[in-house]
Amino acid sequence: MRKKAWIILLILSVVFLLSSAISPAFAKDATEMMAEAAGDHAWWFWPLVLFVVTFVLGIFAVLGGVGGGVLYVPIISGFFPFHLDFVRGAGLLVALSGALAAGPGLLKSGLASLRLAIPVALIASTCAIAGAMIGLALPTYLVQIFLGLTIMGICVLMLTAKKAEYPDVPQSDKLSSVLRIYGVYYEDSSGKEVDWKVHRTPLGLVLFIGIGLMAGLFGLGAGWANVPVLNLVMGAPLKISVATSKFLLSITDTSAAWIYLNKGCVIPMMVVPSLVGIMLGSFVGVRLLKIAKPTFIRWMVIVILAFAGIKAFLKGIGI
Amino acid sequence: MADPSKYVTPEQQLYAEMLEKGMYLGLLLLLLTFLLYATGIVDPYIPLDKIADYWQQSADDYLHQAGIPDGWGWVGFLGYGDFLNFIPIALLAGVTIFSYLTIIPILLRQNDKVYALLAGIEVLILVLAASGLLKVGGH
Repeated sequence: MRKKAWIILLILSVVFLLSSAISPAFAKDATEMMAEAAGDHAWWFWPLVLFVVTFVLGIFAVLGGVGGGVLYVPIISGFFPFHLDFVRGAGLLVALSGALAAGPGLLKSGLASLRLAIPVALIASTCAIAGAMIGLALPTYLVQIFLGLTIMGICVLMLTAKKAEYPDVPQSDKLSSVLRIYGVYYEDSSGKEVDWKVHRTPLGLVLFIGIGLMAGLFGLGAGWANVPVLNLVMGAPLKISVATSKFLLSITDTSAAWIYLNKGCVIPMMVVPSLVGIMLGSFVGVRLLKIAKPTFIRWMVIVILAFAGIKAFLKGIGI
Repeated sequence: MADPSKYVTPEQQLYAEMLEKGMYLGLLLLLLTFLLYATGIVDPYIPLDKIADYWQQSADDYLHQAGIPDGWGWVGFLGYGDFLNFIPIALLAGVTIFSYLTIIPILLRQNDKVYALLAGIEVLILVLAASGLLKVGGH
């Protein structure tokens, strides 16, 4: 009972924090905010707020079943006085670190498949480089507009996309047979071994061109797109798709992160508080996952994302 | 409970171990270098109370006004607290390259030429991205 009360209190404080972040006072004119940030606050103010907000985002990311990057970029670029270049650079490093932290465990447990990831990663990481280069060459307002539209698209995807625990794959396609993309994993819940294989590999690889481009362009990470393609298009079981997607980000985001790093889009005073905040938040999120109501949290994440998407779009068109 | 290693290929196991070591080392160094920077033990290149003037600008303007070179130019600034943080950041961004490199010999030993080739190309692509040779026009 006390535990429940604690959870409710925590959720309420999270709601309060986020709602205050989204309040008109916070969403005031960017120029005014910048002046305020530069003049009125001590240097540690924004890094501290960044740490607190990313801690909350870390909890939400786990409970809402999304990656940290997809929440980080639209929310931080929408409501903080940082230029989008640095937000995207930090967003990629946040997503990369999350993937690096989860990757080894997922690979060792056999849930993430290196064999499935290698060809997909080659396409996605190459396109992420192209995406990063395009994103850094385009005017900021255009990237903001596309970011807003993409985030709203992600909300629609989150609302409509179905998931298949064990998709029906009658026969492997030629390419996946040649590449020997198949495997076995142990399903804890049933205590049975599950054989899996994939199909429609060429279509999946083509879709990863777009996923890589978007990951680099917006610094978002791309778990939101990886999972539906691996699961619904290529037919990998849901657990394999989620785990391989998470691991995949460590490769895709590496390539784009280097482009942002070389272009000077990394400010340690932004990156480190974000990274530590989101990681600590994720640890708390994993603990809360056992008791929280994921459906409610998922809805909240969608609403927050939609709001952040609209804000990014409006910022892009100068409103 | 089944033994998970039963379902993991040798190259996947090695990749995971390499990734894990690099990740822990990177995160540990990141916290350490940030502590040195934020506490002022190592002086930063950009004074802490001036950072807010820079993070509002585009990366191009920031580099230009602060007099920082792009690409690997930060290596020349490692005596400063803020740039010290770039060592673990580069390590975190580079650990995937090392992980790929470690599995290529295993793949070749297994005569898995296609995957050895794919892994080799991936290394080349990531090294190209890391090299700073790919120049981006400013906005």
